[in-house]
Amino acid sequence: MTVKSTSRARKKAAPGVTDSLRTGKDAPAELVQLLTPEGERVEHPDFPLTVTPDELRSLYRDLVLVRRFDAEATALQRQGELGLWASLLGQEAAQVGSGRAMREKDYAFPTYREHGVAWCRGVDPLNLLGMFRGVNHGGWDPNEKNFHLYTIVIGSQTLHATGYAMGITKDGAEDAVIAYFGDGASSQGDVNEAFTFASVYNAPVVFFCQNNQWAISEPTTNQTKIPLYRRAAGFGFPGVRVDGNDVLACLAVTRWALDHARTGSGPVLIEAFTYRMGAHTTSDDPTRYRATEETEAWKAKDPISRLKAHLEREGLADEEFFAAVDAESETLGLRVREGVRSMPDPDPTLIFDHVYAEPHALVAEERAEYVAYAQSFEGGE
Amino acid sequence: MSKLTMSKAINEGLRNCLETDPKTLIMGEDVGKLGGVFRVTDGLQKDFGEDRVIDTPLAESGIVGTAIGLALRGYRPIVEIQFDGFVYPAFDQIVTQLAKMHARALGHIKLPVTIRIPYAGGIGAVEHHSESHEAYFAHTAGLRVVTPSNPDDAYWMLRQSVESDDPVIFLEPKARYWDKAELSAAPALDLHAAKVVRPGTDLTLLAYGPMVKTCLEAATAAEQDGHRIEVVDLRSLSPIDFATLEESVKRTGRAVVVHEAPVFMGMGAELAARLTEKCFYHLEAPVLRVGGYHAPYPPSRVEEQFLPDLDRVLDAVDRALAF
Repeated sequence: MTVKSTSRARKKAAPGVTDSLRTGKDAPAELVQLLTPEGERVEHPDFPLTVTPDELRSLYRDLVLVRRFDAEATALQRQGELGLWASLLGQEAAQVGSGRAMREKDYAFPTYREHGVAWCRGVDPLNLLGMFRGVNHGGWDPNEKNFHLYTIVIGSQTLHATGYAMGITKDGAEDAVIAYFGDGASSQGDVNEAFTFASVYNAPVVFFCQNNQWAISEPTTNQTKIPLYRRAAGFGFPGVRVDGNDVLACLAVTRWALDHARTGSGPVLIEAFTYRMGAHTTSDDPTRYRATEETEAWKAKDPISRLKAHLEREGLADEEFFAAVDAESETLGLRVREGVRSMPDPDPTLIFDHVYAEPHALVAEERAEYVAYAQSFEGGE
Repeated sequence: MSKLTMSKAINEGLRNCLETDPKTLIMGEDVGKLGGVFRVTDGLQKDFGEDRVIDTPLAESGIVGTAIGLALRGYRPIVEIQFDGFVYPAFDQIVTQLAKMHARALGHIKLPVTIRIPYAGGIGAVEHHSESHEAYFAHTAGLRVVTPSNPDDAYWMLRQSVESDDPVIFLEPKARYWDKAELSAAPALDLHAAKVVRPGTDLTLLAYGPMVKTCLEAATAAEQDGHRIEVVDLRSLSPIDFATLEESVKRTGRAVVVHEAPVFMGMGAELAARLTEKCFYHLEAPVLRVGGYHAPYPPSRVEEQFLPDLDRVLDAVDRALAF
């Protein structure tokens, strides 16, 4: 009997990897969930969570506003106001849950899609749009909100996060770092090197992988043959798979992981099992590479509707509350629209600013040449 | 002061950095107990502890990437890449992250990371242990690239590099690690200044790192033929002290650039173009280049044919003087 079922399982896995990697169908037991898609509160023995009604409403507000910001940015790209946009649609819970788990002095190292984390850190959403509009390559002061610049090269930031965390240990501080990356990045050498460094130096860093199932057109099955959270075991630290569409589970697991890290127990890998509902960026077309049924199935697990269902089911929020959040969402949308449209182009001499922290002869020379050339047009005959 | 080898001079420089600034760290493979494969970090871990002199996993991208993170936390990491040919796994972190982060943050953050790389050949090593990749780094805005040619410069330029708030690629000519000299009491020059190391009137030899010594020997040999050759040590490859170079070439009217790296698309191409543009009416001959061939660094039994030596330099000198 045992032999037979094993061989059957093997047969099923042989052609590539089982669908469970992408759908989570076979893995409910290993998926930490505190809120069902229907909005029902469930308990997990390892990750208890106490949240007040105020906190629940606040999380709901964050989810809605982050989604609105994202939708507005997508629209602005369609209108030609942004050159590109990387939407987080569907990943709001993973980002807000993990972002809200951080303490003030903790530090986040994002990819280019962590708009929800930035929101939780208090970074002005308009700051995030500069690089997508093409007025800068980041531009904000990372140390102001302990939120590093967006990183476009896949996985590079996991090493920066680890180094920063090594510095925390050297300082004897009780802070922690969170490094965001995706399922595609898990294939990169840098991510694996970050795991090694974090492990051997016991660095207080939480690796937060948003497995959104797709790296542009490449499915997770092109990146791994085992569930990603299990990679941690090979590096000698804990890995947890959490329902990435469940903001409460993401909050509880990340809070635990950050505490684990900050109290000297070393790194943790969290795999937030979620789904990118839109395109990778506004440049690609997901209908070319994935089935509508798949996207529809994930829609039923929507992070916002499940928290709304919970609030309604438990009588924790009334119509007035939902209307107020919607109104706030409108205000945010307007602010983002107007803010982007009135964002000035930088002075072209920005090209030469900040190439180096200290004077550099060649930059100074080329800057002077450029300025003289540009001025030759003004009123020139 | 007694004479020190270049490797010992760098060791002293590192020691001084660790003593003066508690935020400096040394990171790399085998830098601790072994003292580095060239013993450049010898004794430093013993005196400053494993927390300051860190033996890392064997992962170059990881070494540079975590150094970036440490710099963001306020540290001043000095990274050792064991050999030139092993820097390529870290190339991405260096050129896409380290070089650009200050600009991407509009100046809000600084990346004072020094990356020491023993480079170039002439020591009979196996593959990937003798390469000259300076052009890759000098081509990348955001990086500073320097290379000393003697122990005194090695000591002071290292200290200046570590004090810089910018990332510095510090290239150590490994064939010169055993050359000896006395150290000055203070740095004679700015980190990025070139230096006329031998004055002359007939032709300027432009060199840096390991080739400065070769060019000095060539200039001495040429003297027997009645040629007075000036030798300029660039010292810094980004930025380049063009003023000193141009001043020399305008005076001598002839220039030969000498480096170990392949000539094609190398530093010599930049120098020749620039000197032609700026010194055209002073030049009596085209700017010539002597360097490696467009081939992988060869097996050590034939490396002497690949590396510019006294005769190849003198041959170029003769050709330039013949115009």
